[in-house]
Formats: sequence, C-alpha cells, structure tokens
Amino acid sequence: MIVTNNSANMLRLGLRRLLLLAGLGLAGALASATLVRFAPGYGVAERELDPRWRAESVEALRQKQALHEGLPSYYFHYLSALAHGDLGESESLKRPVRELLRQRLPVTGDSVVRGLGAAWLAAALLASLGLAYRGWFFESSTTAFNSLLLSLPSAVVAMLAVHLRTPVFCAIAVVVFPRLYSYIRNLLVRSYDQPHVLAARARGLGSGAILMRHVLPLAAPPLLALVGVSFAISFGAAIPIEALCDSPGLGQLAWQAALSRDLPLIVNVTLVVSLVMLAANSLADLAGRAFAGSVR
Amino acid sequence: MKPLQKVAASVLCAIFVLMALAAFLVPAPYARQFRDIPNAHPSAAHPLGTDALGRDSLSRLLYGTRVSLLLAPAAALLSTLIAAFLGSVAGLRGGWFERVVLAATDLSLALPWLFLLLVVRAMLPLDVSPLVSVTIAFLMMGLLGWQASVRVICAAVRGIRDSDFLLLARSSGCKPARLLLRHIAPNLRPLFYTQFLISIPLFILTEANLSILGLGVMEPMPSWGNLMRGFEDFSALSANPWRLAPLVLLVIVVMCFQLILPPQEVTQ
Amino acid sequence: MIRRASVALFLTIALCCPAFVSAQSAGQSGGELHFCLHGEPKTFNPLLVEDGQSEAIRYLTGGVLIRLNRQTQALEPALATSWNATPDGRTIKFHLRTGLHFSDGTPFTSEDVAYTVKALMDPQLHSPTGDSFRSGDGQVVVQTPSPDMAVVTFPSPVAGLERLFDQVAILSAHSPKKEMAVLGPFYVADYSPGSYVLLRRNSNYWKKDKEGKALPYLDSIRLDIQGNHDIEILRFRRGEIHLINSLDADLFDRLQKESPAAAHDAGPSLDSEQLWFNQVPTAALPDYKKVWFRSTEFRKAVSLAINRADLSRIVYAGHAQPAYGPISPANHFWFNSKLPAPQYDSAAALHLLARAGFRFDGSVLRDSSGNRVEFTVITSAGNKPREQMAAMIEQDLSQIGIKVNLVTLDFPSLIERITRTYDYEACLLGLVNTDLDPNSQMNVWLSSAENHQWNPKQPKPATPWEAEIDRLMQTQASATSDKKRKADWDRVQEIVAEQQPFIYLINRDAMSAISPAVIGSAPSVLDPHAFWNADVLRLGPDPALGAQR
Repeated sequence: MIVTNNSANMLRLGLRRLLLLAGLGLAGALASATLVRFAPGYGVAERELDPRWRAESVEALRQKQALHEGLPSYYFHYLSALAHGDLGESESLKRPVRELLRQRLPVTGDSVVRGLGAAWLAAALLASLGLAYRGWFFESSTTAFNSLLLSLPSAVVAMLAVHLRTPVFCAIAVVVFPRLYSYIRNLLVRSYDQPHVLAARARGLGSGAILMRHVLPLAAPPLLALVGVSFAISFGAAIPIEALCDSPGLGQLAWQAALSRDLPLIVNVTLVVSLVMLAANSLADLAGRAFAGSVR
Repeated sequence: MKPLQKVAASVLCAIFVLMALAAFLVPAPYARQFRDIPNAHPSAAHPLGTDALGRDSLSRLLYGTRVSLLLAPAAALLSTLIAAFLGSVAGLRGGWFERVVLAATDLSLALPWLFLLLVVRAMLPLDVSPLVSVTIAFLMMGLLGWQASVRVICAAVRGIRDSDFLLLARSSGCKPARLLLRHIAPNLRPLFYTQFLISIPLFILTEANLSILGLGVMEPMPSWGNLMRGFEDFSALSANPWRLAPLVLLVIVVMCFQLILPPQEVTQ
Repeated sequence: MIRRASVALFLTIALCCPAFVSAQSAGQSGGELHFCLHGEPKTFNPLLVEDGQSEAIRYLTGGVLIRLNRQTQALEPALATSWNATPDGRTIKFHLRTGLHFSDGTPFTSEDVAYTVKALMDPQLHSPTGDSFRSGDGQVVVQTPSPDMAVVTFPSPVAGLERLFDQVAILSAHSPKKEMAVLGPFYVADYSPGSYVLLRRNSNYWKKDKEGKALPYLDSIRLDIQGNHDIEILRFRRGEIHLINSLDADLFDRLQKESPAAAHDAGPSLDSEQLWFNQVPTAALPDYKKVWFRSTEFRKAVSLAINRADLSRIVYAGHAQPAYGPISPANHFWFNSKLPAPQYDSAAALHLLARAGFRFDGSVLRDSSGNRVEFTVITSAGNKPREQMAAMIEQDLSQIGIKVNLVTLDFPSLIERITRTYDYEACLLGLVNTDLDPNSQMNVWLSSAENHQWNPKQPKPATPWEAEIDRLMQTQASATSDKKRKADWDRVQEIVAEQQPFIYLINRDAMSAISPAVIGSAPSVLDPHAFWNADVLRLGPDPALGAQR
C-alpha cells in the first residue's frame, strides 16, 4: 500500500511538473519572440542593399511578411498554430521549422549524448582510479590536468576539434569532463570519509562491496542531479561548438537564426532548448527525490 | 594554504603587477601599426613579433590582459550581486516563490543569450569610446551570467532560514529587508566571496569565446579572445608558436584562479 | 569515399569506352566534380533567384538564350543562334535552335521563351532578374511567329538589353516538372537540405564540343553546403573537394605556399570596397558634422589621406588594387581609363582642409568652430578584411588629426541604420558587382532611388552634381548605342572622382583554388570564377594529391 501511495504521489508530482515545464517553455518562447520583435534590425533583409531591386518589389516583399501585426495577435497566431503542430516557416531558410528541427535535433542530440557518455565514463574511471591510488603524485597531476581542461575556452576546443578532424562529441566531452570529474571526485572522497564507510572498511569488507552497498546509494541523489545539470551544460556548450565546427545541428541553427533575425526559427529553437533543459533538470530532481525516498 | 595554492596566488599577483606596469613595459602603443613589418618574427624591438597589421604583439597582449583581468571581476561582481539578491530572497521566502525563481533561472539559461548580446551591441550608441563600450559589454555579460550562483545561494539561505538567530530576529519583528542585509548577508559573506571568485574565470572564458565568435571586444582594442581569433589557421600557428601566448596566459590565469578556490559545486 | 567512387567511375568508363581515350587529353569523361556552396540555396526557380548559391545552381542548370562568355566578356549564342535588337532598345528578335529538348524530354520551342518572359515580367513576381528588365510601366509583348523565332517588345527602352538575357534561364511551358526541367548542362537530381545538392549530367544538353561529342564531360557535380571558409580550405587541401570558387586573400596565401599550382589569381574583379559619409539632412547628427560630411573638400581630403597601397598590400597581401571609381578596371569597355589614379598625399589633404576652414595644430584637427573632427565608422561584423581596413584607415586619418572610432555591427542592424533610421556617421561596406553593364547600378546613382546610400530617396537632387548625374542616368538609359552610353558613364565616373560621395578603396582580386585534377579550367574575373565553363571541365588523376598529404 505504501508503494502505491508513493507511486501515485510520484505520478501527481510528475504531471504537475510536466505542466509547469510546458508552461515555462512556452513562456520562454514568447519572451524571445518579444525580444526579437523589438530588437534593432528586425524586418530588414539583405536585398535592401542590392541595387537590382526596384523600390516597389522591396516594399511588396516587406508587406508580405507578417511584420506589422501587433505582439498580442502574434502570440495568438503562434499558439493556435502550435496547437495544430504547425511551427511556421523559417524566413531565412525558407523551409518549415518543423522539418528543420526534425533534421537538426537528432544531430545535436547524438553529439550531446555521446559527449556526455564519454565524459561520464572518463570521469567515473578517473575518479575510481583516484580512489585506488590515493598518492600525492596522482592527485596533483589529475588536478593540474583537470584545471587545464577547465581553462580552455570552449571555442578553442572547437577549433582544435576541427583541426584534428575529431567528431563534435569529442569537443563536447572535453568541455564537460573536467566539471564532472572535480564534482564526482569530491563527492566520492566525502562519501568514503563517512563514519559508516570507515566502519565497513574496518570490518574488512571488500572495496567492491563498499562501493556498491555503502557509497553509491548515498551518493546517488547528488549524482543523479548532476546528470541533469551536466546535460544542461553540454547542451549549452553545444551551441558555440557546433557553430564553430559547422556541424548541422541545433546550435548552428540557433546561431544562424540569431544573426538573421529569423523570428519563427528563434522562437521555436528557444522553445525546444528550454523544454530540453528544463526537462533534464526536472527529471534529475525527481529521480533524486525518488531514489532518496526509496532508500529511506 | 597548500603549497600549490600559494604558487597559484603568487603567479596571479605577478601577472597583476605586470599588467599594472604595462604602460611602462610596452615597446609601442597597442594600436600603432608598423606597416613595414606585418607578421614579423620575434625580435629585440618586438619581443613577440607583430600581428597581421604590424602592431606589436607584446603590447597588445599586455593591454588585452588589462581588459580581461580588470573587467571580468566587474562582470563577476555584478552577477554575484544579482545572484545574491535573488537567491537570498527566494531562499528566505521559500515555497512557491522559491520554485518560481529557480524555474525562471533555468528558463533564462535557455533563452537565446547569443541573440541578446547581439541586440545589446547593436543598440549601443555609436559615439561611445571603445573603453566604455567594452565595459558595457562586460556588464551585459554580468547581467546575463548570474544563473549559476543562484541555486547555490538559495540552498545556503534555505539552510540557515530555520536557524535560531534568524528565528529570534523574525520573532522580534525584524522586516525582511533588514533581515537580509543585517543578518543573512554577513553570514553568507564567505559564500558570496567564493561565488565572486568562481565567476571571474568563467567571465574571462566567456569573453574569450564571444570574441572568437566576433561578438566581444571591438577592434582595435585587444583582449584575450580578440587575440585568439587567428587560431583557425593551424599551419601558420605551428610555424609561429609565439602566437599562442594569449592562450597560454589565459590558461595559466584561469588555472591559478581554480587552484586557489576551494572545491565547489558544478557550475555552468 | 567520394574520391574512391569517382576513381572507380573513371576506371569503369576508361575500360568500357576506349574510344574516348584520346592521346592528347590526359583527362577522361565522367567523374563527379565536388565543391562547396557557402549557404543554402533559397530557391530552384531561376526566375526568383536572389542569393549567390541559387545563382550558382541557375548558372549550372539553366539554359539561356544568350550567354556572356566570362573570359572574353563577349556575348555568345546559346539557345538563340542569332538575335537582333532594334536600336531603340525596345524590341529583340531571337532565332532559336531547333530540335532541342528539356532534361525530361519535353521539346523546346518559342512557346517556352514566351512563357518564361511573361512569367518574368508578371507584376506579381518580385525578383532582381525581373526588375532588371523593368525600365518603365506597361505590358511586355512576346510574339512567336514560328517555333524557332521569338520577338520580345518592352514598353520602354531597356539599356544593355541583350546582356540581360544571360540571366534568364528558359522554363518549360508544358513540362510536368515545371522549373526542374532545364536546358542547361546539368539538372538537379538530389537535394538534401543543409547537406548537399547533387547535379547530374543533362543528356539533352544542346552544346557539343569541337569533335561533335556531347557536352558536358562531367557525370555529376556535387555541391556541399559548407559555410565555414576555414573548413572548406581544409577539405580542399585534403583532396575532398576540387575547387573553391571564391577565396579570401589570407586563405589564398596559405594555399599558395603549399600548392602553388592550385591557387589562381585572375586579377582585379568587379567587386569594390568603399567608405561613405552620411549626408541625409534629417539624420540624427550634430549640425556641425553634417556640414563636414557635405563638404566636398572634406571628403576629398579624407580620400587623399587614405593609403590605398598599404590597404592592398597588408590587408589583401597584394591581391587587390587601389580603386577610385564605381567601375573596376577589369570592366574593359566601361572603365574610364582617363581618370586620375588614386593618390596618397596627407599634405595635399591638409591643404584642402585648410581651404575649407579646418585647422590642424599638429595633432588634432578642428573645424572652423573649434569642434574636434571625430566620427564613427560602422562596418559589418565578422568580415576580417573590412575590420582591418577600418583599423588602418583609423591610423591614416590620425596623421591628419582626425579621430576615427570603429564599431562593428551584425548585418541586420547595419542595414537598418543605413536604410531606415540613418543613425550613423560613416559606413564601410563592399559592393558585389555581378554585371558588367553599369546600368544595373542605376538605383545607386539616381538621387531619388533607395540605394543612393549617402542620401537616399531625395525628392529633388540636393546638389548640382547629383542633378547632373540624374540627367546622365536618364540619357544613358534611353541612348541608342553603347558608345553614347559610354560617354555618359565616363562623365559619371569623372563626377564621382571629383565629388567623392563614395570613397572607393580597393578592387579585390578574383581568387580561386582549383585542384590540378580539374582539366580545362580557366579562372576568370567574372563570377562564377572557377566553374563558368563547367560544361567543358574534365577530371583527371591528381598528381599533387600525394604531395598534399
């Protein structure tokens, strides 16, 4: 009975969270729409500098764009179109936004997931190695290496990736790894210094059993929260990295959209990015809470 | 302090001193073009060679260090103040207010900040001096970079919200503003200080990233990111390795900052 | 993988068709030419082309009546075997080739010409190609007396009428494939948005080589969509792509050091970079600045104080020429060779300024009211040569006491400032010129037009010299012979040199990179520089590839 109560609670919480997420995502999209609308350079096109055009043509094309409708009516049209699944058409690329997103999202998703996986693997490996060899040399060299990676601007990492012909996810992994490693390492060190772990070691329990049964269960909630945060970090880092590596993903799309003041594209990309980030954080939060609940 | 931290601190001090003395150390003004010797190798007159327009690279590096090292703390200060205010209020009020603030924080991370920066740059009046526009650029970064610290501060305030001294203050009718200023802030000062120190290298890196993308400090004023824009040409870089000096300096400074800080939560 | 595929194709064809192996040519037919577009093509409809990428695809797929030979700059018969334009520039008669078919087999007749011209001149259609023909209001009449003859009559004279047909790709009136049925050497076979465009050989292409063999030699052309110039040159070095149509000066130098055979500098192109001052009377500038910018001596002094030779030497590594007027010396017919060469003389500049009431005290220039001469130059962000030129101009002008601030803006904000709000002081931009005939620049020189950048949309000319230019524009538009038009344009160039509304800086060279594996290439100064003769290009083994690795 306790179990069903718990799961019912979780479901309710999850549903509320979902609604909150959707609402926040839409709020973000509409906020960015307002921003774009009132930004300088909205509604001007490069064709205005081309002397081959006649004034009447430029004017006619200007009128065709839905520039002059007020902001409230834009909100209304956007939301009603969204309800039908129509995300509008990109002004600069002249293709439906839905198609663009469908193409680009998997590319970014792929790089982010692979980059995260590589970073987590490397961080976990290095952290566990650190637990095995607690020597001064190992610690200072890994700290120095970690600091070095943290100090590289992600743009430089991206340029290095281009030159070495490595795929984009490597650049993302290099950017995310140091942040993960330092946190995981501190977490593990603190967990190992807990009294009950010391007691277990005194009792002669094997290191594997200590890790599985004593350290990980307590470290799990913050680690799960870290998953969400690291997802958000890598997604955020993907934008400049993709722009510099010219990888056909969401980051490059966002960059192009920003440069060309493409309203439908910016709004929808913001919607997708905010939904992903909020979802990642929330899932991590919920999972952490669920885990903590079941342990207790 | 551990020996490593002492080394890091002394390296930082040395760099700060060099930067302050930049005016006396530079062979030439950073904008002066020696048009006969573009892309020159290091020599007695130009210890780090010259750039594509014949400007002395050492002067540009020293002045660029000034720009990055003086303005990043300004941005960090602004972002820490904003984060401190928002985080403290959210942590104190708790409940739905806290959830809204945290959600808004997450949301603002998703907003097209690239676009915001583009827009702010475009809206700046044209006749401001380059120094003013650079300062405004860094302040904009500060206004957009507070999200990382808010969660930490909020959690900390939540932690001390139910402590005895606060309960005492509230029960004696202390107003929330006074509570924040007189009771919470002094207790959290070490945290604010840490967040401030953490933000500085982050803003240095952000400025470098933005300048490489072309959105940062404008010519002819140098900054670390500005000076790294020519790094796409790796063959030229390997032929002229002294051009890596800005990157090396940036990495050293940021590493030193990280080494002197205590281990902290994962930040963006 | 592409290279392996093309080598395999090459071997197969070589084995199966020994007749095509000639003792002289080292290259074989077939193969896939591989290069990059710098962005997405916005349309495949040749009538609606406005961006460079769509134009490249139109050039490769579209069949035109008259083709401008990019090398000789002369007009050649293409789909029209001969043509006859009346002296008044209003009517043109084409004799068409017979027995031709579109890429999908639909026969080509004068009906298709009529259909294309009518669609182009439809008032609802808005495109630069159509607008180039619109010299006045009224209907365009197309008569098709026979399947191989078409007569087009315009309501008012169109200057340079024949040359304009180089941009009109003929569409099929009857084909179910609409604009995808083409008469050019290639047709669009596959398009993966964001990734590539694949063009395949059009077996119905009308042109044959001297031996009577059907062109094009290539089997296909693959155009990758690659916006990043550094990645593009990296791929070229690795042998993944065969050519780079337009190369920046610093990338050119990089390439020339490694593989000199691949880097081609065809000489000065038609493109120019220029600086101008905001002369709009209602602009939000202080009055004393408006007085400076309107003073001819001020502008001429600024022009004299800029060291164009240094700009060309340092920013473009010598791959540019100082420019003084709107028409580049590469434009053999229209360039006024009697113009004085651009000069660099700070002393003369100061002399001119003194005459206009400015005072130089050795370090600072002040106007007659004591205001320090200082202004801001805006330019587009992300364009390194422009930023460098602006930095050099800043130093040049500081020699005569003028303080220049530089602000880089992203393109939309820049365009808004120079076309809508007029909230700027000076602007540094470039003009990309694709047309030899200067009539396409009409909207720049007419004072009432939108692109008269320093003071657009004037109700009546603000200065006598702008009035004279207006008059010359009207005369040349209705002149009956190119010689008369040239006299008018020569006078326009003289006025521009005297008054300097645009301070022209340099004409950059047309630089391209072509792999030695491409046989038959002849880079030209007119766009498309590297592949204007794509129908006669062949692919051979690349001797330099091993060295590049």
